[in-house]
Formats: sequence, structure tokens, C-alpha cells
Amino acid sequence: MASVSVPAERPRGLLRRPTATTGFWSWVATVDHKKIGILYGVTAFAFFIVGGTEALLIRLQLAQPDQNLLSPSAYNELFTMHGITMVFLVVMPLSAAFFNYLIPLMIGARDVAFPRLNAFSYWAFLFAGLFIYSSWFLGGAPNGGWFGYAPNAVVDPTRGMTFYAIGLLIAGIASTVSAVNLAVTVINMRAPGMTLFRMPVFVWMGLVVQLLLAFSLPIITIGLVELLFDRRFGTHFFNPAAGGDPVLWQHLFWLFGHPEVYILVLPAMGIVSEILPVFSRKPLFGYQFVVFSGIAIGFIGFGVWAHHMFAVGLGPVANTAFGISTMIIAVPTGVKIFNWLGTLWKGDIRFTTAMLFAIGFIAMFVIGGLSGVTHAVVPSDYQQTDTYYIVAHFHYVLFGGAIFGLFGGMYYWWPKVFGRMLDERWGKVQFWTMLVGFNLAFGPMHVLGLQGMPRRIQSYPESLGLTFWNLVSTIGAFTIALAVLLFLVSAVRSFRQPKEMAADPWDARTLEWATSSPPPVHNFDEIPVVHALDEVWHRKYAETEGGRVVPVPAGGSGEPGHGEGHAIHLPGPSYYPFVASLGLPILGYGLIFDWWLAGVGAMVTLAGLYGWILEPSAE
Amino acid sequence: MATIEHAAVTEHPTSTGLPNTKLAMWLFLASDCLLFGALISSYVLYRGASLVGPYPNDVFDIPYTSVSSFVLLASSLTMVLALSAIQRGDHGRLRIWLLATAMLGLTFVGGQVYEFTVFAHEGLHLTANLFSTTFYVLTGFHGTHVAVGILMLLTLLSFSFAGRLPQERAETVELVGLYWHFVDIVWIVIFTVVYLIPTGSGPT
Amino acid sequence: MADATGLGPEDAAAPRVGHARHPSPREYVRIAMILAVVTAAEVAIYYIDWVHEKGLLVPLLFLFSLIKFSLVVLWFMHLKFDSRTYARFFLMGLAGAVTLYLIVLLTFRTFA
Repeated sequence: MASVSVPAERPRGLLRRPTATTGFWSWVATVDHKKIGILYGVTAFAFFIVGGTEALLIRLQLAQPDQNLLSPSAYNELFTMHGITMVFLVVMPLSAAFFNYLIPLMIGARDVAFPRLNAFSYWAFLFAGLFIYSSWFLGGAPNGGWFGYAPNAVVDPTRGMTFYAIGLLIAGIASTVSAVNLAVTVINMRAPGMTLFRMPVFVWMGLVVQLLLAFSLPIITIGLVELLFDRRFGTHFFNPAAGGDPVLWQHLFWLFGHPEVYILVLPAMGIVSEILPVFSRKPLFGYQFVVFSGIAIGFIGFGVWAHHMFAVGLGPVANTAFGISTMIIAVPTGVKIFNWLGTLWKGDIRFTTAMLFAIGFIAMFVIGGLSGVTHAVVPSDYQQTDTYYIVAHFHYVLFGGAIFGLFGGMYYWWPKVFGRMLDERWGKVQFWTMLVGFNLAFGPMHVLGLQGMPRRIQSYPESLGLTFWNLVSTIGAFTIALAVLLFLVSAVRSFRQPKEMAADPWDARTLEWATSSPPPVHNFDEIPVVHALDEVWHRKYAETEGGRVVPVPAGGSGEPGHGEGHAIHLPGPSYYPFVASLGLPILGYGLIFDWWLAGVGAMVTLAGLYGWILEPSAE
Repeated sequence: MATIEHAAVTEHPTSTGLPNTKLAMWLFLASDCLLFGALISSYVLYRGASLVGPYPNDVFDIPYTSVSSFVLLASSLTMVLALSAIQRGDHGRLRIWLLATAMLGLTFVGGQVYEFTVFAHEGLHLTANLFSTTFYVLTGFHGTHVAVGILMLLTLLSFSFAGRLPQERAETVELVGLYWHFVDIVWIVIFTVVYLIPTGSGPT
Repeated sequence: MADATGLGPEDAAAPRVGHARHPSPREYVRIAMILAVVTAAEVAIYYIDWVHEKGLLVPLLFLFSLIKFSLVVLWFMHLKFDSRTYARFFLMGLAGAVTLYLIVLLTFRTFA
């Protein structure tokens, strides 16, 4: 039995080191990457429901022409919040949930490099989301689009865009800090024998994503600061009357915004790269190609941002250059697709729900990618930009891509995290409902866009002939909602099962399946020694000379791990990450309402930080 | 079975042999390059584009700011001497050099604050024009970074006096030092790009 | 008595931490002197009309600041003696920043 002991050194500071291992406060003070992963996942899913509801309201408004269920200003708030929610409060934290839970397990570590910093990132994310949403009650939600273009974002008289700037700044701090944390974890905390090229693809994609975050977030940080200063203090960064240029905002936003979309999709690509081999009973085809193409996507992803600005007037030289770079980035993406197909080819396929979502990802992402390639052709994009054709594209890659991949991950890793399976029959119903609903919702948008339906309009007249496909799209949206509901019910039902799950119910390949389901708090009794890619598979199976896979006798190829004897040192829980992050939204409210409040927020954060550094670092 | 203890532990071996904290600090500094790059680029973009004055030549006092630059450069020297001291186990020198660095940093920030009040007196308040906009936000961000650095230095100093900064924890001083030097090199760029490269024609 | 590296006995105080060589306090002071001289030069050429007229000001300032930047990064920040890994990450950020923002400024025709 594992026993937990309290540190011998009494720390200074007002708050004692918490000792609870269960219950509410243990979650507030946790620094365990697995609990933090669950926190991210649950919170992100809650925001998914909210963001989805916003989408349903949008679709209700657009189901018929000339409706007024939502006023134009309410409509602006809804599509803005829908975008902000889905990008920053759903897909990013869902990916973070998977990274947090799985990366240490997949590399054979006991936790991340900086566990308290990890907790801080979660709380800062939660507070950022709550802060942004509080705007509904405090003068109006952000209404300038998730992309917040100047000068509109600057001059809008309601408070919403100030909440936008500050809220995203807080979220940015959370993600930047987390990026450094996870990058160092991957680089520095791998188990003995786990070279970089024996890491699972999911971990590789994780590393690329963290570096993308680290290098792109500072750019939008400054953009948001400049926006905040223009709004709050009357500076002129984007003010044409003073000689400022709103296009500067666009550059700063998209310099971040484009790497951001790879941040959104690479985790799902990593998940797919894990699921396909397991349910094809074959190794990933072209592992190195998949890894290098991920790196290439990350790198080239920094060189395409102005393809969001083709119609701004940068001139033919800039447009051509970015058109070319955008086409180039399709290449490594295509490489991945072919490698996934190669993995499926002649595999012993099991169509589990996770596998269905992974295959669904490939199909939907290819469609989204194809429309993306059409945007890369600049004259063509002049017709497509700011129409529903673009809305179709990014929903195919972000929903059909990222969300499908993340759902696949949920089905795949649910038994590992919760010790129960999600029901496979419900899962398949959910998958097909979601696939049909998704295509009904977004497929027609290609047509609507090419028929000229602009984005971000609250209503359209009957005479434009857009009614039919809009109605179909709305039906599709509600079908998606049904699918999500099915998932929720299935999730709840899974907890009614007893918590008895094998360590490796799927007969999988990577290290997280080498420990129990769920893992013990210390992850592994003995840190594994790694000899190969897909270490767990190789411990179970060997190949005969004819290439046949045969099971290895139990206890055969595995070597006893390098344990640390019987004492496993884990970082202790702490309240200070929570405290330090709590000061941030208070500071935010202070910037909007009252300077003394800002002072309070700063003091709270400072107090949290000092308590943190005075606490013994039980790493 | 395994006994889990929540306690302070000695360094674990890492995959690269490099300490987590130092790797993290360099990654953070790399990302900070993009932060200051954006502010500096905003300044460069709007150079000479202000529609109304005051303009840089109207307010800049190059000799004054040069002294500020020397002060900050000197503080990098004292910082590295502090690190050298703790690596040798010389705690007396460590404290002297840490204090010196903090004092020089405070002088720099104080100098900037004074400089800004003079500028404001001459009509260059925050919202005067594009020059004021980009200048104050850029130098303000830098100054804030310096202030945070001073806070960290004073914290280290108090830790040292409290006996919480033994020779084995020299790396903590090194990390603060890396941050401090970074703030210095950002100033090297700012001093050149903002103050010395003229907007318009030559010195006043 | 100096050894072959030209360092005196006071430089023996330079700690040998791990495998990396650390400059001695004396060497650090020398670097600081160079930094001071270069800064003085930067300020000096600012006031020389001839430099402005020949269009040399900006290139020289660029060169001087590059020297100062490198000295601080390589010596004070110890990158010259440390693992390449740190340098690689820092260079990623630095090169990324310079490249991306240069492109942005080019689209605004700032240097036209």
C-alpha cells in the first residue's frame, strides 16, 4: 500500500501545505498532472456545451430569412463568443487535458517538470474563461469577432472588447507558462532508453505544439496589449486619425492566429496517430515521416499568416509569396494523410468507436484541407473570403478534424483515465449521428458561400435564395447537439460501472498502457526502461522470421525497471498556484472598473507567488 | 510496495543532463524575444509617422540616456560578479553584488521615470501621437521587466540573509542573472533603435 | 604566475562548476570595459556630422549594438560555454522574431 507523508520542514507563509488526497480541496490544491488533466477536460467540455449552445442560437436565427430571434448586436456577441469559446476555451484546453494526462505517462515520467506551475496554468485558464463570460453581466460580451479587428474593436463603446483583450491575456499567460512546462518535460524527463525517436507521435506533436505556443503567444500578447491601451488609455496603435494602421493589428493577430490553428489540430493528429496503429494491429506507417511532417507543419505554419489578409491590399508580391507558402504547407499535411492510410492498409482492423472517429478525422480533414488549398489561390480567395465557404473550411478542419480526433481520444483513453469503458454501442450511434449532423451542418456552407452568403450577418433576405441550405445546416447543428447529448449520457452511464479495468484493454502499444487503469498517483511502480518505439507492444509480442506476430511469454522481454527503491518522491499539493492565478482576474476587473481593485489583484498574485517560492519545492 | 513521500528531493537526472529550470528559462527568454520584437516593430513601423509633435528630436536627451545605458550595462557586470561569488561560496560578495545590481537597476528605472516626467512636461504625454504611443509602451514594458528583475534580486538578497541561499543553490542566482542580462540586451536594442537612429535628420 | 591561458592567480578564483568553464571576475570586468567603450563609441558617432553625411550612422550603430548584444549573450549569459541546446532555443526565438517582424515591416514598405 502506498502511504503519503507530510513534509518535515514547516513552510512559512499563511497557508499550510494541504494534506488532503481526496475531496474538493484536494482538487483545488492538486499538482498531479492526471488530476489537472481531468480538470482541464471537464472544464473544456463544459465550455463546449456553452459554445455549442451559442452555435445553436446562431443557427436558429439563420434557419429562416429575415428573422429577429436575435438582434444584430446580440448576434454579434454570440458569434464572437462562439469563436472565442471554441478556440480558446474548448479545443486548446481539451488538447491540454490530453497532453497533461498522457505525456508524463507516455514518456515514463512521474509528473511534469514543474507541477505547481502546471496547476497555475489550469486555474489561470479557468479564471480567464469565467472572466470573459462575466462580461455578459457586466456591460456586454465581446462583439468584434474572435479575431477582434481594429478599428472596430477599438472604438466599440461597450465593454466587451476590453473583456476580450484582458481575458485572452490571462489565457495567454496560462498557455505560455504551460508551453514551457510541457516542452521541458518532453525534452528532459523521458525514461531511460526513450530517445526522441522512440517517443509516441502524440508526444512529438505535443512538443511541436508547445513550441508553437511559446513563440506565437507573445505576438498576440502585444497585439492585445496595444488594443487594450488604445481602448483604455487612448493610445493610437490602430488609430488612422493619428496615422496609425489597423492592418498592424491584423498582422499581429494572424502571426499568432495561424500557428494557432496548427496548435488546434496537431494534438488531434497525434491522437489519430496513436489510435490507428492500435486498431490496425500494425505499427504506424512511416513514423519518421509523420514526425518530420509535424515539425514541418509547425515551422511552415509561421510563414503563411497573411493568407488571412489576401483582400487587405498588401499588394501582389506579398500575396503571391504567402499564396505559395500556403500551398507548400499542404505537402507535409498530405504526407501525414498517406502515412495514416498506409497504417490502415492491410491492417487487422477493429472498428471501435475510437477508430471510427480517427478514420472520420482523416476523411473530414481531407475535405477541409481541400477547401483550404482552394483558398491558397489568391484570385479564388478574393471570391471566397468573408463568405460561408471559409466558415465551411475551418469547421471541417476544426470540428471534423480537431473535435473528431479529440472524441476519438476520449473513447480510446477513457478506460485508462476512469477505469471504465464508454459503451461501444452507444459510441457508434453517437459517432454516426455526429458524422451525419456535422456534414449536414457544414457541407451546405460550401454552397452558401459560393452563392455569396457573407459571414457574420444577422439575417439574409428571402430573395437571395439561401434559405434551403441554411435550414439544412440548422437541422445538422441540432443533430450534432443530439450526438453530444448521447455522449454525455454515455459518459454518465460509464460511471455506473464498477471501476475494474485492465491495464491494457485495447492491446495497445505505448507506455501509458503499462500501468494500471487508472494509474496510481505515482504513475509507475518502477520507471520503465525503454528499448524500442512502441515499447509496450514489443514487451508483449515478438516477430517470427516470417514476420508473424507472436505473443511473448509473460514477463519475457520486459526488463525490471530502474526503480528508486521503495521511496517515490512526489511533489506535494499546494494552494499557491490557485492563489497566484486568482489575482489575475481581479487585476483584470481593476483595469476595467477601479484602480484599487487592480492593486488588490496584483497583491493577491504577488502573495501567491511569494507563498509559492517560500514553500519547499518537493520535486 | 512503494512508499510515497511528499518531500524535498535532490536533483533527478534529466534526459539531456541539463537542469529543467535553466532549460525553462532559456525557452522563456526565447519567447520574450518575440514579445519585445513586436513592440520594437510597432515603434519602427510608426517612426516618422506622427502627425503632430512632440517629435523625438524635440525631447530626447542623448547624454542623459547614455548614462542610463552605462548604468544598466554596469548592472550586468555586477550581476555576473554576484553569480561568480556564490559559485565560489563567497556569500559576502554575493550580497554586495546583488545589492549593487538592484541599486543600479533602481537607478535605471528612476532615471526613466524622471525622463518620462520631463517628456510629459514638454508635451509628450501618453496619447500625444504615434511616437508617444509606441515609445512609452515599449520602454514601459521594458521598465516593468526591469522592475520585476529588481524584485527578484531583492528577494534573492533577503533569501541570502535568511540563510536560504547556500552555494548549492547558485543556479537560482544564475537564472535571475539570465533574466537580468536579457533585459539588458533588450535595452541595447532599444537604445540604438529608438534613441540613436534618428527620426529625420541628425542631432539637435 | 600566469599559465598558458594568460590568466593570473586571481583568475584561479574562477570556479570550475561541472564541465563548463566559467570566466573569472577579471575577465568579466574586461568584457564590461569593452561594452562601455563600444557604448561610448555609439554615442560619439551620433554627434559626428561626417558619419551622418556618409550614411554610415545606421550601419555602424547596427554593428556596435550587435557586438554588445553578442558579448552579453555569449559571456555574461554564458552561452559560449554552455550546452548548445540553450543556444538553439534562444536562436529559434531570436531568428524567428527578426525574420517575422522584418517581413511584416516589409509589407508596410517601411524600408522603401
